Formats: sequence, structure tokens, C-alpha cells
Amino acid sequence: MIIYGLAILSFSFVVGQWLGELLGKLMGINSNVGGVGFAMLILMLLKEVFERKGWWKDEMILGIDFWNKMYIPVVIAMAASLNVKSAISSGNLAILVGILPVILGFAFFPFLMKAFKQ
Amino acid sequence: MEELLKVIDKNALIFGFLMVGILAFFSDQFSKKVLRSRIPGSAIAIFLGLVLGYVGGVFSDGSKGISDIELFKGVGILGGSMFRDFAIVATAMGASFLLVKKSGVLGLVSLLFGILIFFVSGVAIAWIWGYRDAVSLCTIGAGACTYIVGPVTGAALGASSEVIALSIAAGVVKTIAVTVFTPVLAKKIGLESPGSAMAYGGIMGTSSGVAAGLAATDPKLVPYGAVTATFYTGVGCLLCPSLFYYILTMFSESMG
Repeated sequence: MIIYGLAILSFSFVVGQWLGELLGKLMGINSNVGGVGFAMLILMLLKEVFERKGWWKDEMILGIDFWNKMYIPVVIAMAASLNVKSAISSGNLAILVGILPVILGFAFFPFLMKAFKQ
Repeated sequence: MEELLKVIDKNALIFGFLMVGILAFFSDQFSKKVLRSRIPGSAIAIFLGLVLGYVGGVFSDGSKGISDIELFKGVGILGGSMFRDFAIVATAMGASFLLVKKSGVLGLVSLLFGILIFFVSGVAIAWIWGYRDAVSLCTIGAGACTYIVGPVTGAALGASSEVIALSIAAGVVKTIAVTVFTPVLAKKIGLESPGSAMAYGGIMGTSSGVAAGLAATDPKLVPYGAVTATFYTGVGCLLCPSLFYYILTMFSESMG
């Protein structure tokens, strides 16, 4: 059943976001800390367990895979809903602070990879 | 016509699916026929999305791009945080837990370096620009991390609304920059394995930008980048208004 897969995805999502909120509260900040990351880890773990038990059926996977493949369309919609105008027109400082560190990040990245021999 | 508008208004999300589908179709055609697939259709579609976001801002004077135009509000629902996060989690389907575990330390280290690089360089640029008070410097530095860390930090420290707006704008520029630069520079910096994608997510941090950039580079890498990037905003919100602000006040005191 497709809905089983979708339900597993939703379960991982809700529990992960919940953990993120709890961690945020524990740290004393008004923000979700890694909720999406926790949800992803839960989904990966459930997948491993289900595969081992032989419960991971094609029909079920369809329910998750649909959203997996909807990812790029969602990102396109997200890009179209960003405040691009204010970001570009809010002056040179915002553009500098937005772009220069990204370039530094790109420059630093290869050194990090070398240090970890990846 | 009035009837059609009524249907669209009542079923905004469904109409949003249609709009994004049409945009994706034309981007794909353009990629295949004009560019001979040298730039993937998804990258063009994401870039066109940004252009539409700009156009929407010009026409509506709102803050949510094209989705501030009544007709296209469904695009905003589809691109809102709920669907975005849900779809990012779903990409974990294609990731291996073992690979994530293997590169866990690298992910963590890159997360800390990433926040430091962006915060410090953001503060430095604001300093050169003429800002001297620790609250504004810290808020702008936080904005260089993500457009959420900026306002959270600014609100916690009591920064002025201009500085908070500036920090949000800087964060959005960062998201756009990462989205556009990732597919262009990926090969040059060796961004091609799950481990390197995890490190990349930690360095760049903006989960929308990292995920959009990786989607246009190699969709298989998306879950690995996203799994570390989603911790960035939270850790940034933790460090910027506390430890980093404390260090900044010590600096600005000693400097005069």
C-alpha cells in the first residue's frame, strides 16, 4: 500500500521535527535544531530495519519515492517564492555579505577535503 | 474568465503544480534544444524560479516573490517550508545510513568551520563598511550564515530593524549565490562523492541553497548535503547571539 510508505515518511518527519524542537528548547534558543536532519536519519534507519525484515515492498516505496522525486519541483517553487527583489535591491553591503563569504567557502572547501583525505 | 479565476483561487496548490510543471517543461526543452544539455534543465528551472521571484517582488511589493501575486499563491504553498522540508526528508530514501555514519566527523567539523567562516567574514565586511557596535556587527555576521540566523540573533541582541532587514537580505543573497555557484564550481572543488557533499552542506549551510545547488549538480548528492546543512541554522542560532557575541564585545572593548 502506497499510504504505508507515505505514513513512514510522515512518521519520520514528525518525530524528527519534534526532536529538533526539543533540542532547540534544551539549548535555550527559539529555533528548531536539525529537525530535518533527525527526520532523515530516522527514515534511513527505518529503511535499513524494514529491508532486513523483508517488509520493504515496492508499493510502499512508491509512497516515499513520489516525494523524493518532487524535490526539484518544490525547490523551483521555493526559488520563485524568495524575496529576490529586496535581496538584490537592499544595497551593496547585503550583496557583499551574501556573496564574498560564499566565495571564501568555495576556496576553503578543497583544503578541508584534503585534510580528511576524501 | 471569472469562473476560471474562482476555480484557481479555490485550488491554489493544484494550480501551483501546473505552473511549476509548465516552467519545468520549458526549461527542459530549452536545455535540450538550445544548450544541448550542457546546463541541466533543473538548474535553468531553478534560475527561472529566482527570476520569477524577482518579478513577483516588483509587481506586488511583497516579501514572498511570485506567490504574493494572488493568482500564484499556490506556488508559495508548494515552495513553503512544509513541502520543502518534507521533500528533503524524502530524499533520505536514496541515501545510505552507513555512508552518513562514515563521514559523520567530517560533517561535524565542516559545520563548525562553515559557521566560523561565514560569521567572521560577514563581521569583517560590516566592519570595513563602517559598523562599529558589537550588536550590529554580530547581527550582520549572523545574516551571512543564513537568513534565519540573522533575524534570530538580531532580535535576541536588540539590533535595529534596518540591521535586521540587512541581515535577512544578506542571507537570501547567500542562498541565491550558493544555488547559482554550486553547479558551476562543483567539479572544480571535487564535489562528487557522498562524503564531500556532507562536508559541502556543513560549509555552506543554507539548506535551501545547498539542496537546490546540489539538485542542479547531481540529485544523488542532495540527501548527503542536506543532512548536515539542516543543522547549520540551529547551531548558528545557538552560537551567534551567545558565544560569538561575547567574543565580539571583548574585541570591540579592547579596540576602543
